[in-house]
Amino acid sequence: MNYSNYIAWIPLLPLAGFLILGLFGRNYLKNSSGIIATILLLASTVLSFFAAYNYFFIDGKIDGIYQSLKPVNYAWLKFTDTLSIDMGITLDPISVMMIVVVSFISLMVHIFSLGYMKGEERFSTYYSFLQLFTFSMLGLVLSSNLFQLYIFWELVGVSSFLLIGYYYDKPSAVAASKKAFIVTRFADLFFLIGILILGFTANTFDFNTLIQSLSAENSTIVAGSFLGTSIITWGLTLIFIGGAGKSAMFPLHIWLPDAMEGPTPVSALIHAATMVVAGVFLVARLFPVFAITDSGALEIVAYVGAFSALFAAIIACTQTDIKRVLAYSTMSQIGYMMFALGISNYGEDGAGYTAGMFHLFTHAFFKSCLFLCAGAVIHFIHSNEMKDMGGLRKYMPITNVAFLFACLAIAGAPPFAGFFSKESILHAAYESNMLIFIIALITSALTAFYVFRLYFSIFWNKEAHLHEIHHGEGTWTMKIPLIILGALSLLAGFIPFGNYVSSDGKIMHGHLDILFSITPVLLSVAGIAYAGYLYIKQTDRPQKIATAIGGIYTAAYKKFYIDEVYIFITEKIIFNLIGRPAAWIDKNIVDGFMNLIGNTTTKISNAIKGLQSGKVQGYALYFFGGVVGLILIFEYLWN
Amino acid sequence: MQSLLAILIPIVSAVILFVLPKANAKQFALISAIISLGVTIASYFVFDINGGEQFSINVPWIEMLGIQFHIGMDGISLLMVFLCNLLMPFIILSAFKDEYSNTKVFYALMLVMQGAMNGVFVAMDMFLYYIFWELALIPAYFLVLRWGTGEARKITIKFFIYTLFGSLFMLVGIIWMAYYGTNGSTDISAIYNLVIDERTQMFLFFAFMLAYAIKIPVFPFHTWQPDTYTSAPAPVTMMLSGIMLKMGLYSIIRWVLPVMPDAVNEYGIYVIILATIGVLYASSIAWVQKDLKRLFAYASLAHVGIIAAGLLTATAIGIQGGLLQMVAHGIYAVGLFYICQIIYRQQQNHVIDKLGGIRLKAPLFAGMYLVILLASVSLPLTNAFPGEFMLLSSIYTFNPWICLFAGSGVILGAMYMLSSYQKVMLGETTGSTNHFHELNFYDKVVLIPIVILIFIFGLFPNSINDLTAPAVDAIINQMQSHTEAININR
Repeated sequence: MNYSNYIAWIPLLPLAGFLILGLFGRNYLKNSSGIIATILLLASTVLSFFAAYNYFFIDGKIDGIYQSLKPVNYAWLKFTDTLSIDMGITLDPISVMMIVVVSFISLMVHIFSLGYMKGEERFSTYYSFLQLFTFSMLGLVLSSNLFQLYIFWELVGVSSFLLIGYYYDKPSAVAASKKAFIVTRFADLFFLIGILILGFTANTFDFNTLIQSLSAENSTIVAGSFLGTSIITWGLTLIFIGGAGKSAMFPLHIWLPDAMEGPTPVSALIHAATMVVAGVFLVARLFPVFAITDSGALEIVAYVGAFSALFAAIIACTQTDIKRVLAYSTMSQIGYMMFALGISNYGEDGAGYTAGMFHLFTHAFFKSCLFLCAGAVIHFIHSNEMKDMGGLRKYMPITNVAFLFACLAIAGAPPFAGFFSKESILHAAYESNMLIFIIALITSALTAFYVFRLYFSIFWNKEAHLHEIHHGEGTWTMKIPLIILGALSLLAGFIPFGNYVSSDGKIMHGHLDILFSITPVLLSVAGIAYAGYLYIKQTDRPQKIATAIGGIYTAAYKKFYIDEVYIFITEKIIFNLIGRPAAWIDKNIVDGFMNLIGNTTTKISNAIKGLQSGKVQGYALYFFGGVVGLILIFEYLWN
Repeated sequence: MQSLLAILIPIVSAVILFVLPKANAKQFALISAIISLGVTIASYFVFDINGGEQFSINVPWIEMLGIQFHIGMDGISLLMVFLCNLLMPFIILSAFKDEYSNTKVFYALMLVMQGAMNGVFVAMDMFLYYIFWELALIPAYFLVLRWGTGEARKITIKFFIYTLFGSLFMLVGIIWMAYYGTNGSTDISAIYNLVIDERTQMFLFFAFMLAYAIKIPVFPFHTWQPDTYTSAPAPVTMMLSGIMLKMGLYSIIRWVLPVMPDAVNEYGIYVIILATIGVLYASSIAWVQKDLKRLFAYASLAHVGIIAAGLLTATAIGIQGGLLQMVAHGIYAVGLFYICQIIYRQQQNHVIDKLGGIRLKAPLFAGMYLVILLASVSLPLTNAFPGEFMLLSSIYTFNPWICLFAGSGVILGAMYMLSSYQKVMLGETTGSTNHFHELNFYDKVVLIPIVILIFIFGLFPNSINDLTAPAVDAIINQMQSHTEAININR
């Protein structure tokens, strides 16, 4: 079947769901809205898998190279005679991989929410927002040009804003949603300017043409430079800032932990598996330009990614809210993906690219699994805090196993999914940048430590005080996604990813080196063991260590005070030092000056009493007198 | 003929209003506005997009002075008339639930204003254009003076003097062109054929731009605007911000760019810089406002600043983007000020700190407010986005740094708009918002179409672009041939 026959339905079905539920859900479809949304998304997921099968196994390749196809294109906004903006669909390895991930994870979250959100008053609103998000995210990954990508980029931002603020009567949720919107919007300004720079330099917004014209070896594009750096590098760096905002890279990460105020399944979908990796996707989308045109921007990507990975992992070790631990963990893992892209080359030496995308792929499964398990735990215990949990393995056996699998996957234990993707990233780093490799190793050990700290605190440690056990582990709709995602945390790594996704469409041969793997695996085991030593039983050891390292612990616990810095800048500096004085100046100086002129005129006219006859003819006379006077002045100046 | 109808229907209706019984005044005004809209939509269907100026009437008027009664529409004029006539029914409907004393006069003045503004958009003789320009100001003046709140008298005088002062310079410019350049004719063809030397262009440019900068308004000539918007009754605020300020922007396209292109190229940057300063300045002031209506007034100032800057880049993208954005701003500005009015009706104030939790009581209202708000911060798929993007693109091609500053208005916009939304609509109810009512029938009749329009023009921006593209190209060509003519002269 031709792609153009069905491919557009993949994003359009959730859009239809959004419109149906948004318009009629509240009044007519209150209880069935979850089912309707899930069925629509199931159809969309099936189509995604069908498209992926066709693309990867039937007709995506020509001469052994995966092609970039464009089955749908529609001229949306004419810009100039040569530059127009289209709405289209691009199929290439990363977009096809992404539609599978996005629709599948979204489906899992839809099913999970059937149980988790049951009885919510605004059940249909919740599902309509989920559908809107899924539509936007699918549109984002399928975009055929930069501008279209930006449109959907903003739309995922809005859906995220709406879902974080879902509990709108809770002030913390409202504040968090606003913060997420504004911080990402701030980054998007740079993104927009980056788009303009690349778009006007290449005179196109279309990805294929843009990449061809900017990265061709004998490119005819003459790009200017600014501060000694090519304008294209500036453009790419600005675009990366946009990506860093969405993907919560330091220092634009501050919105992500707060975003955990949203319902937990939402965190699993948006703030773990899909939207937050949009920045990685963006860099991957423009990778040929990043890699071939020059490496300056890519170096920034690498170092920002590596720093964020380590920074977030340190904070994750100290947090006590289980969702916040996972949020920082997400930031850290995205850091991995980013630096994997950052250290990669195009073509033959593109191991980092494939590894980064592989990690994006496996991370989607195990991280959404972790979040959904956390959701099940929160559902069960009605708290986000570790101190209220413990010993839950007896009450929640399925969640326990799924969570353990996902923890092993993220810790990089063989043969779980994360092992394969993380090893390939580490290997790529080892071969290109020693500093980043060392940072990655440390982060890897910290990762193992903090996830198992989480795991032991929830499922082992002390016995939680359960006042009344009024329900079991959760409904079957909640358990099924956990089982599937838990299984995928184990299995997803066996996919020969390099056969399908590589920077240039050719097969990238991944090689697993047992000797190389020993060090990272041992470090992970050490991290797990140390977490077990501290947290498997309730002891005062964690407390002692926290006291022993004192300042560092407090600083990490307080998230290195980045939030305070932001508040200082926005509230103190912008609000008090710019906004207020500007308002004062407007009232007293700008307006005052104009009033002064007015008053002076009045005084003069008062002095020449009688002029104010109050008669209209009189005023008209002066008016035309003034005109004549001005003409005379004009005449004089002009001659 | 259609051009004449755009002017005559509202003005004749205003006259008839006086004879009608008082009780039916608003219904009559509404019917008149709907007829105007219908005529405009009908004329769109007979309009030939590539046909240049149409629906023309050109008869001698004041022959002694060489003034023609010349009206007509090209794509740009048609779009502006459409905007004006599209918004009027909503503006009148929005007032249906409010009682204004002396109803007949109130609505008659609004209709006169509508007719005069349409006149500005269709006038193809510069002097005629000037007459409509001033004519539009007079009803606005009385409406604010008579029905305004607060220190209406003081505010109105400021508003009047300010705008009149600006137009005075424009009048001088017109007179100069008529009697020194074109041998008496102020017809558009004569004006467009003028070849003015660069020095004179400079004087004319500043004279015209002063009038427009006050009307739009552009920093630092804006100080009449927040007071007037806040004091004026809601429907008048909607007319001022939704339509009247577009007179200034439209005039830049029609009378500044094609007539004095060299001055635009030379001195346009000063206006662009001022407008950009205005964007940042107004945004930061908006952030500290305590009154919702005043906040929207400053927001409006920030939004039109970007339009003014984009137009003065004198590029096709900038003009197209400006036109898209004028329509977008008109639609959401009416929405925003109506939101203020809905709150005011129930609370007798719109002080942000006294409000809160309205979403709990009125979820539909909250949803509509959010859509309109997101449009005002130029979110993709709302009508403000394509225009904003084109404007920023044009400013980028002009100067990337200015683009960075102008673009940050979008971020600041999100900040103050969301903060106010959060305080007004979310959280717990305060004592006074405990009994807030959901939208009534008339509110829905106004807000639902506005939301739909926001999405329609957001999804299909080409519908506007296609209409105006030939006219914009004509303006650009006119600028180029003018510049060439000057070079030959030299």
